[in-house]
Amino acid sequence: MRNFDYTRADDAPQAIALHAQMPSAFLAGGTNLLDMMKIDVMRPARVVDVNHLPLNRIETLNDGRVRIGALVTNSALAHHPVIVRDYPVLSQALLSGASTQLRNKATTAGNVMQRVRCGYFRDDVSPCNKREPGSGCSAIEGRNRNVHAVLGTSSQCIAAHPSDMCVAMAAIGATVHVQGPKGERDIDFLDFHLLPGDTPWKEHALQDDELITHVVLDAPIAGARSGYLKLRDRASYQFALASCAAIVALDGGVIRTARLALGGVGTKPWRARQAEAALVGRPPSDATFRQAAAIAMQSAVAYSENAFKIPLAQQAIVRNLSTLTA
Amino acid sequence: MAHPDRKQKAGSAAAPLPAPTRRNFLKSLGMTGIAAAGSNAWPRTAPAQADEPAAVAAPQTGEKLHAIRLVVNGKTQSLQVASNAVLLDVVREQLGLTGTKKGCDLGQCGACTLHVNGVAINSCLSLAVMHDGDEITTIEGLERNGVLHPVQQAFWEHDAFQCGYCTSGQMMSAVAILKDKNVGSDDASVREAMSGNICRCGAYKNILAAIQSARGKTGGAG
Repeated sequence: MRNFDYTRADDAPQAIALHAQMPSAFLAGGTNLLDMMKIDVMRPARVVDVNHLPLNRIETLNDGRVRIGALVTNSALAHHPVIVRDYPVLSQALLSGASTQLRNKATTAGNVMQRVRCGYFRDDVSPCNKREPGSGCSAIEGRNRNVHAVLGTSSQCIAAHPSDMCVAMAAIGATVHVQGPKGERDIDFLDFHLLPGDTPWKEHALQDDELITHVVLDAPIAGARSGYLKLRDRASYQFALASCAAIVALDGGVIRTARLALGGVGTKPWRARQAEAALVGRPPSDATFRQAAAIAMQSAVAYSENAFKIPLAQQAIVRNLSTLTA
Repeated sequence: MAHPDRKQKAGSAAAPLPAPTRRNFLKSLGMTGIAAAGSNAWPRTAPAQADEPAAVAAPQTGEKLHAIRLVVNGKTQSLQVASNAVLLDVVREQLGLTGTKKGCDLGQCGACTLHVNGVAINSCLSLAVMHDGDEITTIEGLERNGVLHPVQQAFWEHDAFQCGYCTSGQMMSAVAILKDKNVGSDDASVREAMSGNICRCGAYKNILAAIQSARGKTGGAG
C-alpha cells in the first residue's frame, strides 16, 4: 500500500477541515477503503480517521423514524432490537452480506459508500471509465456474469452496486444526513447513489469534503411484513446475483402497501416503484406477483453473460412476496 | 508472489525484527530462496531481510511514524508505526507473533482473524495506527499456563485441519462465535457465522465438529 498522511479527527468539523486540505479519504471500518488502497485503485494523499467521532448510536426519533450513526457497525445494526423488530428486511440484508469479521468492522456509512466489485475496475489495468474516465468499459464486451447490472446501465459502465444493506434501505425509505464545509443537509436515500450515465466516476451526491454523519430510516409501516431474499452462487459470503427487499402490508385481503427494491441487478440500489403500483389494491396471488416482477424488469438490458439475471430477479421478487404474504 | 503491493508493505515495517529463532531462520531462508529464484517481487527488501535485518527495520526516509500502544495478549506494547502499517503486518513482523497468518491480504479468506477488544476482525484490513489503546488477542493468547484453550483442544481432537494455514484464523473466529449470543448453536448458524474463514483443504466438516464439541467448555476463557 502506498503511504499517506494519517490524521485522526475528534469531531465532524475537524474531520471535514482535515479532508479539505488535500485529496483525502475518510476512514471508518476500513474494510472497503483499505482493500481499495491495497489494490492501488484508491490513492488518497491523506486518510482522516473518523472512528472517534460520536456517531455510533441508534436512536428512535419522536416522529417514529430511526436514526443510525455513521459508525454503527453492520453487526451492531443487524442485531439491534429495534431493527430486528421493526425492519427485519434490513437485519436480514445486513446478515446476508460479507462475513462475520467484516460485518464486525464495516460501518453504516462505509457500506453506503462501498465501491463496485467489477474486476476491470479493481484490476487497475483494464480500460474502465469509472477509474480512468474516457478509457472505455471492459465489462460490456468482457466477463459480466456475476457483478454486473441489467438495470440502470449505460454505454460507459455496467457495474452493479454491491451493497445488500442499501437495497433494504432503498425499500424502507431513508435520508442520508451529511455535514460539509457549508453546513449540514439531507439527501434522499434514493437520490444518493447516481446512475453511471456518461459520468460513471460520479457515484454519489456528496459534494467536496462532505461527511455522512447519519442515515435516518423512514418510520416502519404499521402491520407490514418485510424480508430480504438474496440469490447467489454459494450460500454465504458472496455478492448477490439478484436480490429482493420487500415490505408488504395487507388490508382486507388486498395489498395496502408494497415496497420493492432490487440488488445485484442495478447500477444503484434499485427501487421498483412501478412494480409496487402494480401490487397495491390487488389480492396477493402468484399472478399478481408475476406481473409485478415483469414490470420491475421491463427496462432491463442484458449483456453477454448476464441475461439470466432478468428471470432470476423476477423469481426473487415472486418468491419473496409469496413468502411474506403466505 | 509478484504482488506489487507487497513491495511497499515489506519496506514499511518499521521496527527491529525479533531475536533469532528457528522460525525466523526459516523465514529468512524463504526470502533468500525467493530472491535466488529470480523473482523481482522484493527487489530491494528481500536481500536486505536475509542479510541485514536492521536495514529493513529502519523507517523510510521522511516517513512519519506514529507512537501507539497496543495491549497484545495482555501485555502492553509501545510501538512506532508508519501510517500505512497494517495491523496484521505489525503483529507478525514487529511483534513476532506469526501465528496470525497472511492469506489473501484483502479480507476475503479470514486467515488473519484476531480479536480487537473481544471482537473478531480481519487484521489485514486494519491500520495499526487505528488501534492505539486497543486490546488485541491473537492465537498465541488463547492458551492459559500451557493449557490449550478448549477450542484449540477440540481442533486437535477432531483433526480439524490439514495444512494448518487457515487454522489460527478458524480458531479465533470459533472462539468469538461461541461467545456471541447472536449466533445460534445449530450447525447451520455456525457454518454461516464461520463462512468468512476459507479452508482450501476442505476441513470444514471437522472444523464444525470441533466447534460444536467445544461449546459449553469455553467458560470465560479466551
